[in-house]
Amino acid sequence: MDHVGALPYFTEVCGYNGPIYMSYPTKALSPLMLEDYRRVMVDRRGEEELFTTTHITNCMKKVIAIDLKQTIQVDEDLQIRAYYAGHVLGAVMVYAKVGDAAIVYTGDYNMTTDRHLGAAKIDRLQLDLLISESTYATTIRGSKYPREREFLQAVHKCVAGGGKALIPSFALGRAQELCMLLDDYWERMNIKVPIYFSSGLTIQANMYYKMLISWTSQNVKEKHNTHNPFDFKNVKDFDRSLIHAPGPCVLFATPGMLCAGFSLEVFKHWAPSPLNLVALPGYSVAGTVGHKLMAGKPTTVDLYNGTKVDVRCKIHQVAFSPHTDAKGIMDLTKFLSPKNVVLVHGEKPSMMILKDKITSELDIPCFVPANGETVSVASTTFVKANASDMFLKSCSNPNLKFSNSTQLRVTDQRTSDGVLVIEKSKKAKIVYQDEVSELLHEKNHVVSLAYCCPVKAKGESDNDVDLIKQLSAKILKTVSGAQIHESEDCLQVGSFKGSLCLKEKCMHRPEISSCSEAVFLCCNWSVADLELGWEIINVMKLNLDNTCKVKGDLL
Amino acid sequence: MELTCLSKGDGFHYPPCHMLNLCGFRILIDCPLDLSAIKIFSPVPYDVGFEASEYPSSDVSLDAQDPVQKKQKLERQLTPADLVCAEPWYKTVKALHLWEASLIDVVLISNPMGLLGLPFLTQNPGFCAKIYMTEATAKIGQFMMEDLVSMHKEFRCFYGPGDSSYPGWIKDLDSEEVPALLKKVVFGESGDDLGSWMRLYSLDDIESCMKKVQVVKFAEEVCYNGTLIIKALSSGLDIGACNWLINGPNGSLSYLSNSILVSLHARNFDINGLKGTDVMVYSDFSCLQSAEVTENGCISPNTDNNYLSTISSDNKDEDLAASLLNTEDSLEEMEKLAFVCSCAAESADAGGSTLITITRVGIVLQLLELMSDYIESSSLKVPIFVISSVAEELLAYTKTIPEWLCDQRQEELILGEPSFDHLKFNKDKKIHLFPAIHSPNLITSWQEPCIVFAPHCSLRLGPSVQLLQRWRGDPKSLLVLEDGISSGLALLPFRPVAMKVLQCSFLSGIRLQKLPTLLSVLQPKIVLVPDAVSQRIDLSGMKINSILSFSENETLHVPRIADNTSVEITTDLASKLSWRKLRQRENFGIARLKGGLLMEDGKHRLVTGLEQEESSGKARPLRYWGTVAQEPLLGALLKMGIKGSIEHSTSENGLENSIIHIANPSSGLIETSEMCTAIVAEDKNVASQILQGIDEVLDGI
Repeated sequence: MDHVGALPYFTEVCGYNGPIYMSYPTKALSPLMLEDYRRVMVDRRGEEELFTTTHITNCMKKVIAIDLKQTIQVDEDLQIRAYYAGHVLGAVMVYAKVGDAAIVYTGDYNMTTDRHLGAAKIDRLQLDLLISESTYATTIRGSKYPREREFLQAVHKCVAGGGKALIPSFALGRAQELCMLLDDYWERMNIKVPIYFSSGLTIQANMYYKMLISWTSQNVKEKHNTHNPFDFKNVKDFDRSLIHAPGPCVLFATPGMLCAGFSLEVFKHWAPSPLNLVALPGYSVAGTVGHKLMAGKPTTVDLYNGTKVDVRCKIHQVAFSPHTDAKGIMDLTKFLSPKNVVLVHGEKPSMMILKDKITSELDIPCFVPANGETVSVASTTFVKANASDMFLKSCSNPNLKFSNSTQLRVTDQRTSDGVLVIEKSKKAKIVYQDEVSELLHEKNHVVSLAYCCPVKAKGESDNDVDLIKQLSAKILKTVSGAQIHESEDCLQVGSFKGSLCLKEKCMHRPEISSCSEAVFLCCNWSVADLELGWEIINVMKLNLDNTCKVKGDLL
Repeated sequence: MELTCLSKGDGFHYPPCHMLNLCGFRILIDCPLDLSAIKIFSPVPYDVGFEASEYPSSDVSLDAQDPVQKKQKLERQLTPADLVCAEPWYKTVKALHLWEASLIDVVLISNPMGLLGLPFLTQNPGFCAKIYMTEATAKIGQFMMEDLVSMHKEFRCFYGPGDSSYPGWIKDLDSEEVPALLKKVVFGESGDDLGSWMRLYSLDDIESCMKKVQVVKFAEEVCYNGTLIIKALSSGLDIGACNWLINGPNGSLSYLSNSILVSLHARNFDINGLKGTDVMVYSDFSCLQSAEVTENGCISPNTDNNYLSTISSDNKDEDLAASLLNTEDSLEEMEKLAFVCSCAAESADAGGSTLITITRVGIVLQLLELMSDYIESSSLKVPIFVISSVAEELLAYTKTIPEWLCDQRQEELILGEPSFDHLKFNKDKKIHLFPAIHSPNLITSWQEPCIVFAPHCSLRLGPSVQLLQRWRGDPKSLLVLEDGISSGLALLPFRPVAMKVLQCSFLSGIRLQKLPTLLSVLQPKIVLVPDAVSQRIDLSGMKINSILSFSENETLHVPRIADNTSVEITTDLASKLSWRKLRQRENFGIARLKGGLLMEDGKHRLVTGLEQEESSGKARPLRYWGTVAQEPLLGALLKMGIKGSIEHSTSENGLENSIIHIANPSSGLIETSEMCTAIVAEDKNVASQILQGIDEVLDGI
């Protein structure tokens, strides 16, 4: 009701004409609640009506019903999706995405499974912002079983003593939950005291529950094939004449909080008897009879029209509510890990405490805006670029690089073979490094290093194949992980190529050499293997020094 | 992308089966069973003396319309004795057996009928594909499989536990005397269908199969392997039946299964969701059946057969969208349903019962609704029985899925009224649901005449067999059959049939005439149509890049549409890239990439990776382009304290070469030509200084 109450006013009186989305149960149930609300407003309290029955009907015609997880493209940019929220039948959390930015708005949700509804369920999403309700921002609820037991005992005691138990509640949610609890208990304890449902609304709501079984808890869904858990065995319809009927009974009456209507009327009659019980589920707004009863132990209560009622009956507060508690909010926030959190729908002091908790424990910026305040958060955007096939292909293979300066490090830098090219007023492109010049309409220019390196003193008659083999063995020793390809007179490591140079005078040969008569290996390597090249050259120089030394010794 | 059509199927009960290769993933679409093939088996005999087949074969007049059967007539009449008296095996898609089950990555099931063969596939120990289907398909499909198993149980009870390895009946069929029609069903056109016959799965197999299924909600987006985003959109064919939209990094693909544009019960065909895809696979083969009808005009009614056939409608020039969504077709469907009802009422008036063997969920629901309305409004007092092991659960389930109903029924459900009118009657006990014909309460509430809905449409399985044997001699009774089942073979074991036979064909796909309009509304860039369709209709005038046609058991390669794949780069990574300005190109900025390339939500994304920051700071260029200008290079080198002199030369092959000799601080030279530069230096430091000099005069990355 608190979420849908002003909708007919908004669409029919204010003239909103955009699309309206609701879950199937909400669409089915909200006209009933709106009509009920309108009637209470007009008939009982004599207020001027904000909207008429026709307004409600016309408004509901504009509503588009959606299913859980159904992804809807509202317009070109906006995409929405609903997730199960527990709380009441049909409650959803809404995921909205525009471009790359995404948010989740939770409305009311419940992170624990209850008897008839499941717990909120959402995918792990990448979110810029989470807007969460925080009705119970500081409460941490323990197990609900002791509270359930207390409630059952209170009701049982009352009816066993021949009293009447009144449970004022809203048509949806608590009534079903408590009724399932009582029905089970009645069955178990073999109690024959009748349980009544007061209004047509609750009965109708129960009918919807049966139809919308897929929105209920897993437990209910499984049972529903054999027995519908909403077909209560001990529940009967209440008739006005039964108010004064003798004998014990349990009555669910609308509205909750004893603010008006039938529940208040019954209360007027039943409150004076000490045998009777009023069990108040959930929260009561200040100013209502329910709130007064919960606030203290009044002996008399003022009804709205000035009449006073003696309260001698017992009062029991049922402390389970379908709202999530602080732990639930933290759990959801942790699970979704959004970039920002905004807390709404709560009391300022407790929201501030929760805000501090979220900021300190989860390290997520959190905002608690007051009504009318605007909060700005940064949103995700991606730079979009077209990638060439060659780049994607090169990225599909690992390109592991090993380096062991102090300890072995393995890095995979396949993306670093890609180059992002931006030209003004054109879409960015990602290409493989070899494709850059083509894109710029330039010719490749190969820059390489060359060195005709003396490797061994001349003279010995051993053949060159051995020499290459010796060299590669030495290279392998110093350069770890090198893949050496060797042939008769050349060897290759990566882009490093060395071949025996038989020329008398090689361009790449330095003029002054430590050994004048030597075998030369003409080497060439690209800038990519700059360091590798020098390492190999070092190996060969060492080889030369050794052979020279040997030769020198021989001489 | 590649598409292989494994089977073009046959009507509603045997949907087509395709294998799709998309982004390197193998996707199987539908896994049906050819249930019409079980007609070669003899039903379980309930009558004493049934097997004796005392009816002379000359009495048997086969459906003269079937040209294949006409040919058979020359050979020999098929007699009930020819039918195989053994526990039936079931015919699967032959070509599917040629694929290694473990190499399938994804299975998409687009309607409950496409699910029936899946347990055969999932039995395979190597099978590990992800199976997607809508919740409603999974639920209804499971009901149908369970029903099939429970109906099959009667055979098992009758024939006893057989040898599971090799069916003896196949041996017996491989002889000369066996009618060619039977042989064709068993061995196929090319004689190699034998391997496609399978023994029926068990309830356990169904259960383990369904455990592997991931159900999706209506229009839910699911992501497979980060690469493919798969979405089920309603096809209008039946509750839960869907078309698929698959978005991947290389574009979007829509798969159109048999669809009905305006449905009377299920949610309408979702047009908007399928608009503007890169590739559209049109796999609606339903025109193959309806086209036959239009060729022959109306099938002329047989002496004892009363046909209801589709009326070929004039193709008028209509507005695109309006013509797609006009209700002409659905009105026609409505008329057919009403006709069935009136026939049933007629025979009830005359004191005869009606047996409806239709098993299409949607049709059954609508017929139930119409019949109960009809009975309510007339003075007729006949009970309606629905006999099926899953009837109760199935009907209960259809009450709980507002999202799959058409708008009007959705409204009713939301207003708190039953979505189907018969649900009211069900409450009033005018419709009786029984799990089996031997249900204890059936006999107490049984009264004739009555209207019975009983599976199976093949007339070999289920309660329909017994009821047909009961009523076949009664000329006042009526049998309602679905078309597409060659009634000759189906009715063979029950001959002579005195009861009236009404054969109905219901719309089970898009009418061929609507295809051009549909294509111009959906605007795919490439459309793949079955060759059978492209032969029947000229689509060349369409504003579509290319229309490719595919045929059964052939692989069609589809070229990729987009040249370049899109990559998204996170803003924080983009800001970390080190940009280079290019000489004489003010408009360009280039940067070497960093981070890791991920596949996320069907998009390539470049995100900050785990890489450690390069300690060397600015990485040196690895690729160069342009030419080295010598003078500026000398200048740059001089700044670093390196002196050199230029010497021009021409090498043997006539290329301009210039050599810069370096003398100070140590000897070296730079050899440059138009395409390459080589640095020769003994000293590592000198070499790297020279490289720095080159960086200053040459663009590189």
